[in-house]
Amino acid sequence: MNARLLNWFKFSSPATFYPLAGRLVPIFTLIAVALIGVGLYMSFFVAPTDYKQGEGYRIIFVHVPAAWMSMFIYLIMAFWAGLGLVFNTRLSGMMTRALAPTGAIFAFLALWTGAFWGKPMWGTWWVWDARLTSELILLFLYLGYLALQGAIDDTRRADRAGALLVLVGVINIPIIYYSVQWWNTLHQGATISMDNGSKMGVTMLWTMLIMALGFWAYTIAVALVRVRSIILEREADTTWVSELAEVRR
Amino acid sequence: MSVAEFFDMGGYALYVWGSFGVTALFMVIEPIMLRGHRRAVLQRISRIVRMKAEEKV
Repeated sequence: MNARLLNWFKFSSPATFYPLAGRLVPIFTLIAVALIGVGLYMSFFVAPTDYKQGEGYRIIFVHVPAAWMSMFIYLIMAFWAGLGLVFNTRLSGMMTRALAPTGAIFAFLALWTGAFWGKPMWGTWWVWDARLTSELILLFLYLGYLALQGAIDDTRRADRAGALLVLVGVINIPIIYYSVQWWNTLHQGATISMDNGSKMGVTMLWTMLIMALGFWAYTIAVALVRVRSIILEREADTTWVSELAEVRR
Repeated sequence: MSVAEFFDMGGYALYVWGSFGVTALFMVIEPIMLRGHRRAVLQRISRIVRMKAEEKV
């Protein structure tokens, strides 16, 4: 086994990951606060008024980043779930579990801000169209994962069952992403697509990207804090936890 | 642009602030709840560790 591989396995141990995560949290918190601060300023004071939707379009600056995050987080969960099933590492299940509540929040926020955008622009809070429905299913996948994980007492089994659910649910992600192309939907097509580039103004685009990066940093910070609590709970009986400064107090 | 004009958002006040407000609410509450949870976990574990230490004595 080469040195780099060894290094990765070293950090997959909860005892070494716990302090590392602790050092990373303030860094990502700072990045998140800075980026979201700049993003909010640009959302309201720099980005110009839209010629069609007036000031109402500004919802895009939270709606799109939240929707992106809801999908990205699910993919990262699927990555950890797969890793956990293949290598049987304990940390993988904890990472999957730590990301799920934040993913659920972003899925909910994507739907919520979507409703608040749909009402003035389409005249309705909700339609059963492909994009909206598949995003709703994503929210249910997050909630289903959390319920399943919470219902099984044996953490190893809970992790395995949860990982399977997450991996099966991955099929929903391309469905969400391509829903606006595959079906006739009320939802507009992709503003930024992988093959066409962007169809929006440069300032608007940058504002959205900065907000999205801020949401990324927020997600990392929050997930790391949560995984630290999960590690503590699951490793409560170990010597290294009982020797931690914050436990000894 | 006046302050009132700004908050009116060209007539879209409910929708714009309803979106940004709820998003902000969640992104403020989640870290606060996590901090509370971490405190509770630490408290529980240190109590157990202390109890075990006393048993040994």
